[in-house]
Amino acid sequence: MTARFVRGLAEVGAADRTWAGGKAAALGELARAGIPVPRGYVVTVAAFGLVMDTIDPSGAIRGAIGGLPPDDLAALARAAAGLRARITAAPLPPEVAAEITLAYQQLDTAVAVRSSATMEDSAEASFAGLQDTYLAVHGAGDVLDRVRSCWASLFNDESVSYRRRQGIGEGGLAMGVVVQRMVSPRAAGVMFTRSPVTGDRSVVAIEGTWGLGSALVAGEVTPDSFTVSKVTGEITGRRVSAKLRAHSFLPNGDGIAAQPMPTALRRASCLTDDEARALAAVGRRVEEHYGVPQDIEWALLGDSPGCPALHAEPADRIVLLQSRPETVWAARDRAPIATPKPRASDHVLVRFRKAL
Amino acid sequence: MDGNGHADHGETSPSSPQAPPAAPRFLLPSEIADAPGAEGWRSMYPYFTRFQPEDDNRFWFYNSMHFPEPMPAFDTITAEVPYSAIGANTARVFVFPTTLGIEHRIVNGRVYITAIPVTDPEEIARRAQIFNERAGYYFENWDTLYQGWKTRIKGLIDEITAVTVPELPDIDDASVVTESLGVAQNHYVRENFHRCIDLFSKMWHHHTEFLMLGYGAYVVFFQFCKQAFPEISDQAVARMVAGIDVIMYRPDDELRNLARVAVKAGVDDLFTEGCSPPEVLAALADRGEGGRQWLAAFEQAREPWFNVSTGDGFYHHHRSWSDDLTVPFAALPRYVAQVRDGLLADRPTEALRTERDRIAAEYRDLLGTEEERAAFDQMLGLCRVVFPYVEDHKFYCEHWFTTQFFNTIREFGALLARFGVLDDAEDVFQLHHTEVDQALSDVMLAWAAGGPPLGAAHFRPIVAERKRILAALRDWSPPPALGPVPEALNDPAVHMLWGVTQQTIEAWLRPDEGEIRGCGASSGIVEGPARVLTDVNQIGEIRDGEILVCPVTAPSWAPVFGKIKAAVSDIGGSMSHAAIVAREYGMPAVVGTGDATKRIRTGQRVRVDGDRGTVQVIG
Repeated sequence: MTARFVRGLAEVGAADRTWAGGKAAALGELARAGIPVPRGYVVTVAAFGLVMDTIDPSGAIRGAIGGLPPDDLAALARAAAGLRARITAAPLPPEVAAEITLAYQQLDTAVAVRSSATMEDSAEASFAGLQDTYLAVHGAGDVLDRVRSCWASLFNDESVSYRRRQGIGEGGLAMGVVVQRMVSPRAAGVMFTRSPVTGDRSVVAIEGTWGLGSALVAGEVTPDSFTVSKVTGEITGRRVSAKLRAHSFLPNGDGIAAQPMPTALRRASCLTDDEARALAAVGRRVEEHYGVPQDIEWALLGDSPGCPALHAEPADRIVLLQSRPETVWAARDRAPIATPKPRASDHVLVRFRKAL
Repeated sequence: MDGNGHADHGETSPSSPQAPPAAPRFLLPSEIADAPGAEGWRSMYPYFTRFQPEDDNRFWFYNSMHFPEPMPAFDTITAEVPYSAIGANTARVFVFPTTLGIEHRIVNGRVYITAIPVTDPEEIARRAQIFNERAGYYFENWDTLYQGWKTRIKGLIDEITAVTVPELPDIDDASVVTESLGVAQNHYVRENFHRCIDLFSKMWHHHTEFLMLGYGAYVVFFQFCKQAFPEISDQAVARMVAGIDVIMYRPDDELRNLARVAVKAGVDDLFTEGCSPPEVLAALADRGEGGRQWLAAFEQAREPWFNVSTGDGFYHHHRSWSDDLTVPFAALPRYVAQVRDGLLADRPTEALRTERDRIAAEYRDLLGTEEERAAFDQMLGLCRVVFPYVEDHKFYCEHWFTTQFFNTIREFGALLARFGVLDDAEDVFQLHHTEVDQALSDVMLAWAAGGPPLGAAHFRPIVAERKRILAALRDWSPPPALGPVPEALNDPAVHMLWGVTQQTIEAWLRPDEGEIRGCGASSGIVEGPARVLTDVNQIGEIRDGEILVCPVTAPSWAPVFGKIKAAVSDIGGSMSHAAIVAREYGMPAVVGTGDATKRIRTGQRVRVDGDRGTVQVIG
């Protein structure tokens, strides 16, 4: 049986954004490039379309939202809430529910359910963070609910008002949903394959904290930071912060726990030098694959926070949770630092003419 | 004034509690008191090395890189002559547009220096025109000129080695008559002594001949890299430039070879930790063919490769390996053990070359435009042209030549001792070279007249007093800098040769008690027990796994890098010897800390972070 509404992440690539959504396309592309990502599947845009066709067959509801004035926040919120309620309340078409359930049962574990909008994560429009992600989801029933929650999050108050301000229509919007095995990382965080501070393309800047990266994304901890040279592997910058708490995933419990870190571990580096270097190497591979600097979410598998690293090589414990093009420095132009001169020594002669 | 010589007005000025603390500053030269017990230090040094009242208006820093100890009177020649040569080179010969030369002053036995800038735009323009022609000529003909330089410097080494000290026997040699030479031996006492000083001066002129241009090429490439890659480490830049077949590795390579010969000849059992060189050499003489083989190999390696000073060629008592076999024999047991275990590898020169080229190619690829790549190629290419000189000149000048120079002066000391002017040959180094000139005149006259020289009564008390003063000066902590804090310090020579930057000055002004900061010269982090060596003669004390903490290292220290886990030095930049050798050995190094040898004690556990350039005492 060929699934219509569910595809394994390995079957998705960068070109499949229109039917899988941005996040799924990026994750699938990573997997194809040989970069480890947690196993999972994508609920395709077709499933979203099928549901929306039943809720809003003529597109009138979405059209009405698109016609509201951007500054009428109350009206926008009211209309968006109405649409969200319809999406979360509508029963799933049986074939969609069956395919999602079957795929979930093959993963056989707690999962993360993540929005994968067709416009999200493109270098041009930074929608990042406006759609929902649900961690540590157990059981097929909950997964189905969270898939609908993700769809509904396309019509979050913030998303809707953002689109109104940007003049983006509601009609062409669509969303896939990624369902991935939940990881229980020893440490996690983000990395940029150029310096976010100086734009230096020769380094990878890594931020990380104990446990899940959600603590970092939510701004609940000051992360450790590392700067690793892409060329020599030297760690040219290192700041270990007091990480007062950690988010951890409890496989047998209920979701995510935010716990205070034991005192002894707060000021301990969440990464060894080898791990930082291994992360930088993965970041570099991703950058080379895409040809432009990347903004990456990573996790380092292992035992619980603070426990000694597993015996496996650091490179074998890294999984990536997202990668998208870096946008801040990419938009900046700079004048060439130097241009060739008639003779090589002219560079030196000129330099000595100025007070050094 | 605290131990670092900071003038803290916040403690002494009667300010109200609300007033902000006074900005930290350095002492003025005029504010420095004589070191206790060393009040007579001025008598050891010429008048032109004294701080003048108007010197209070300029910024000076302690050149602890070249002069980490108080100066014996004779050894001031290693400041006087080099500054005479380098200033002539930059101010008068190549006519550098923005800089004249370097002035030096001695206070409490320590050498402070400052560079004299050119600030008038018209004068800079006038100098730039001449500089362009002259420096351009050297850059364009570098390889040919450098080959000529090597020939000339080897000629000077031959000349200094050939200088003899007349024996002044009762009756002069018959050849004075039979060959009608007509000139008696005592004449040659002064002529040959002057010859030593003159050759030393010429050597230093040649030493500085390419120096600033060579470093200039490096600085330009360095600054380009820092602009293109703001977070690139100093050592990554250095690694793109570094030569592979560098003379300064040669003495160490020779030691490795001697370790192989020892094992092959079956005499390796003699090389044990703490072995005494004379005893080993004596035992080898009794070991038949194997012993003969090793001794032959040893003599071959010794000349010229053991002419490396255990210091950097600036003090008479930093003897060469050849003069004091302690250093090479401290390294041999470890190498011998490695040969036995099959662990002693040659320097992987091909791999090093490939790695150097890979690093350069990858940085090149990361540049934004083809124009930048073309400029990068030009700058890096020029650096690689000039670097054989930059890396190798020290062996010829500071080590090989200077070893011969000090040894010949020592022979003049022996002559003075034989005539009773001095107690001991080594005492000659307690006299300024102009005073040695006087003492030799005394001997020349006495030999001619047939009476005793008068120097015993004159010089022996002076020598005794100066030895006492020098000992007292050792206890004085020289402030890292003196005078007003400069608004900007961007002098490339000062940065490259001394590792002094605006950040260094900041660190000198605000020392952090818990953390010692320097220049991260070789990456990595390690912890271990410290071994603080303030005197190179203690080099035999280093044990496996220790962290070396020293004022400055020189090429001859290379063998002990096989024993240590990390290196920390008071002085040095990313191109200093400690930095280069540490990268070669792949161990963390922090150089240019200013005062690590004063803040760390042997046996303390320290953590060396070669990435951040910090050292922490952790227990």
